[in-house]
Amino acid sequence: MARTEAARKPVLGGRMANHAWVGVTPAEPAKRLSLRAPAESVASLSRTLGLKLPERPKQSVLKGDRAALWLGPDEWLLIDRAESNLDAAVDRVRVFHSAVDVSHRNVGILVEGQGAEATIAAGCPQDVSLQAFPVGACSRTVLGKIEIVLWRTGEAQFRVECWRSFADYAFTLLAEAARDANG
Amino acid sequence: MLLIRCPYCEEERPELEFRHAGEAHLVRPSNITEMSDEDFEGYFFIRQNPKGLVYERWRHVHGCARFFNAVRDTVSDKFVMTYKAGEKKPVIKGAAE
Ligand SMILES: [Zn+2]
Repeated sequence: MARTEAARKPVLGGRMANHAWVGVTPAEPAKRLSLRAPAESVASLSRTLGLKLPERPKQSVLKGDRAALWLGPDEWLLIDRAESNLDAAVDRVRVFHSAVDVSHRNVGILVEGQGAEATIAAGCPQDVSLQAFPVGACSRTVLGKIEIVLWRTGEAQFRVECWRSFADYAFTLLAEAARDANG
Repeated sequence: MLLIRCPYCEEERPELEFRHAGEAHLVRPSNITEMSDEDFEGYFFIRQNPKGLVYERWRHVHGCARFFNAVRDTVSDKFVMTYKAGEKKPVIKGAAE
């Protein structure tokens, strides 16, 4: 059988915006699933995935390299930084659900440092203060003119997930905002 | 910016995350093939569009992506309340029937 080799071409390869107060860098590639399931399927899916799918708005669950982000009442974004085979695992689940591999649809951008909150706030209309958007909070929302998934991974750390074709826009906006947050 | 309470996200969120989706509580007739053109036109095209309180569908399109219903004042743009899709139409004083 013929072997086909696909070369990985990161859309943000080489991009970086580092300032004293905040840095904006492309995230490493990750495995991602868009998962949809009714409440009755959650327990079974959670067992298979090895983490408890969050059932409350804006909640995320992180276990090792794998995270589940609540996006809607029956919708999650799964991110696995170890790029393990999530869809093969979910394939075995017999309860009703839909799982779509979106690993290459999304690009992750990390915004980290004391100015991270101000950098995000420059383009996102949500209240991203620690009080309203605590560590672990996540949400689909907007950044400037595009839709993103925002995830606060630390007091001064955010992960922005956007669609690949919008990555240049998202990165440029965040890099500009980081420069302002710095000054 | 307007803040709109999403009944699924259970909090107020910026209007930029939402999209308006027309009049709420329209019931699709079960006998469309037998209806007169006038009755079909009434169901399909004719909307009340009153001045004041209206029942509307909205979608939290850039949030949880759910459709829900809202009572809104078209004069002041104030949202009186929002509630989940499928819930009974609330009776609001001053709203058109
Ligand atoms: Zn919502």
